[in-house]
Amino acid sequence: MDGKRVETISARVDAAVSSPDSVEDELELSAVRHRPEGLEQLEAQTRFSRKELQILYRGFKNECPSGVVNEETFKDIYSQFFPQGDASTYAHFLFNAFDTDHNGSVSFEDFVMGLSILLRGTVQEKLNWAFNLYDINKDGYITKEEMLDIMKAIYDMMGKCTYPVLKEETPRQHVEVFFQKMDKNKDGVVTIDEFIDCCQNDENIMRSMHLFENVL
Amino acid sequence: MAAGVAAWLPFARAAAIGWMPVANLPMPVAPTEKSKRQDELIILNVSGRRFQTWRNTLDRYPDTLLGSSEKEFFYNEETKEYFFDRDPDVFRSVLNFYRTGKLHYPRYECISSYDEELAFFGIVPEIIGDCCYEEYKDRKRENDAKLPNMTFRETMWRAFENPHTSTMALVFYYVTGFFIAVSVITNVVETVPCGSAPNQKEVPCGERYTVAFFCMDTACVMIFTVEYLMRLFAAPSRYRFMRSVMSIIDVVAILPYYIGLVMTDNEDVSGAFVTLRVFRVFRIFKFSRHSQGLRILGYTLKSCASELGFLLFSLTMAIIIFATVMFYAEKGSSSSKFTSIPASFWYTIVTMTTLGYGDMVPKTIAGKIFGSICSLSGVLVIALPVPVIVSNFSRIYHQNQRADKRRAQKVQKARLARIRISKTGSSSAFLHSKRNGLFNEALELTSSTEEEQRLTKSTSLLESQHHHLLHCLEKTTNHEFVDEQYYQQSYLEAGLQNYPSRSPSLSSQDGVTGTCCTRRSKKHHTPLPNASAPAHMQPLTHTHTHQQGLQELSTIHIQPLSTSRSSLNMRVDEPAPLNCQSSQITTAIISIPTPPVTTPEGDAHLPAGPTHQNVVKVSAL
Repeated sequence: MDGKRVETISARVDAAVSSPDSVEDELELSAVRHRPEGLEQLEAQTRFSRKELQILYRGFKNECPSGVVNEETFKDIYSQFFPQGDASTYAHFLFNAFDTDHNGSVSFEDFVMGLSILLRGTVQEKLNWAFNLYDINKDGYITKEEMLDIMKAIYDMMGKCTYPVLKEETPRQHVEVFFQKMDKNKDGVVTIDEFIDCCQNDENIMRSMHLFENVL
Repeated sequence: MAAGVAAWLPFARAAAIGWMPVANLPMPVAPTEKSKRQDELIILNVSGRRFQTWRNTLDRYPDTLLGSSEKEFFYNEETKEYFFDRDPDVFRSVLNFYRTGKLHYPRYECISSYDEELAFFGIVPEIIGDCCYEEYKDRKRENDAKLPNMTFRETMWRAFENPHTSTMALVFYYVTGFFIAVSVITNVVETVPCGSAPNQKEVPCGERYTVAFFCMDTACVMIFTVEYLMRLFAAPSRYRFMRSVMSIIDVVAILPYYIGLVMTDNEDVSGAFVTLRVFRVFRIFKFSRHSQGLRILGYTLKSCASELGFLLFSLTMAIIIFATVMFYAEKGSSSSKFTSIPASFWYTIVTMTTLGYGDMVPKTIAGKIFGSICSLSGVLVIALPVPVIVSNFSRIYHQNQRADKRRAQKVQKARLARIRISKTGSSSAFLHSKRNGLFNEALELTSSTEEEQRLTKSTSLLESQHHHLLHCLEKTTNHEFVDEQYYQQSYLEAGLQNYPSRSPSLSSQDGVTGTCCTRRSKKHHTPLPNASAPAHMQPLTHTHTHQQGLQELSTIHIQPLSTSRSSLNMRVDEPAPLNCQSSQITTAIISIPTPPVTTPEGDAHLPAGPTHQNVVKVSAL
């Protein structure tokens, strides 16, 4: 990615001190640090203002001093918001959705690009993002199994203590309802067009897409 | 909600867009930020040292002094800063807590002043990070142990019982240990033959250097006596102390010396005096205070008393049997050593324990046969109870080790429990605000915005945003968060629900009820309705046929609203009225006409049938 620099900091044991035939190798410490692109470039690429980017980066850097989030940290952070349930599965899917270049870590650019779509994007872009989230293997189709996984992950976040009591088949039923709504040609998968079409016709969904616009 | 993750709340809320296409219900309205404040720097003046931080940083922990409105009391209008007349060094750690989310304990700080500062700023010490928590706890324990109200006697007793509390106790511990060792070695060396003058026979060292050994013995006994007296003085219950095993061992160890002192000149009892010396070997048992393994061994033997008894008994039986047999077998042979049955005992024991000294050997063929049977059976009889004793010992030993480990873990767990409570505090805060929220919604329809603001002022913006996020999740999944109590209730009722589904034959036998039950279950996700909030309307509960299977589900502790409900709910002749009565949860009755549900109810079942038609009961079984 442009501007990404992985720096290795190596400190060597002083060669002059050690004897030529010393077995003691150089002590190499390597720390992976990631510095994001400049503020101007990010401003151009996303729809955030300079101030907003500053606030975002400060929060991001505070939690992840190394500049990248790995999946474990991501899961931890996300789980803090849902104390009653287990948010790790959904966090895993979210992580994959944010990690657009699939390198196992989310840098600040990935983070802020994702947020830009979610908070400042058009409805089309948001729906696209959601479709990408649901499509676990990124093949362009949402199958029932993928949707079931996502649904179970969402229900896991509710935890145990719910009313009414969560039952085994609740996620499955929800998936059925979803597919009934979305799968127009009843071929068992939902494509991106079916998805976007159907969502645009649904008033509730349209309204809720604008819900978080003033988040930042 | 913890630390710096407050900064990630916008992210979590944005990611919630991922739920929207899945949800079937409309989402709640997002809380509006009343005044879109820019994040500002605030100055905290602590005894002259100025700290600056963002206001948002402090807002992360709204239940502390700096995070809440309590800090307004310290606001200085002229200088436009918050002034605290406290220790600036400790304040550094406090402020770092806000910044990083981790509270550290600086080692050079006095523990009580640190505690005071934490209490002032409203921070619970339990959230000290793992890196510093051990140190904190140790220092705290030391501090608490320096209680001024412990008497000298109590301190001494504690020093005796636990040598690690102070240096003096440790010194004492090692000195007594040393002297026990010296005393035992002296006793042993006393009997070794020392080099003698060539014309005299070998004499043991004890007789050659009588004075030296006597002095050594005196010294040891004096130390032991002093120790015993000190323990006796310090013991909280002297009577119990004197009855304990260790003190008896102490007494037995030093008594021979005193008796010897008294009896030195009396020649008749000098023989007895020599015997008494044997008891000096008991001093070695004093080591059990120093060794935990010894104590465990003693305890094991005590707890395996029954197995040992069994071993002894079976051995005795076998010995007697075989001794008799051997005696009669060897009776015939001449110059037999098996002169009597008791004499044969020795042979039997030696043979059964596979020692085989060879001083007594059977000579006849019958004797040899029985002798071999004896030795074979000896192996078995002895081998059987020994593993039991060994396993007992190992069990008790490991138990002891585990008890130590568990004690350490308990401290850790108590701390984690406290942290968890603060976490559930956040989720219960959500539930609490939900209940307020329902109230709010009702108000929103009628009242003006000022009242609304008044109601919502109590929760910070961060909290309300977090709650909104959780609310969205609820709407997505069409389930609500409830607390443990309600969950238990509804879980039990959910268990009751299984019965209707498992006994379709039962309900179909009754015909009429079958249809009404199935119809109801088709209508709703949860066939057996529960009630937790007043606003929910639920249909009737048909509990009649289901009672038969549900008797074992006993009391759910819920207050019954009125007895009339119980009669509404079940047949008069039902065998389990109590269950029903005690398990009513009712919060409200909303009457609406519900024609289709009540018609199939019909005849035989509920006596108060007609009243059903316009009462929708909010009740569970």
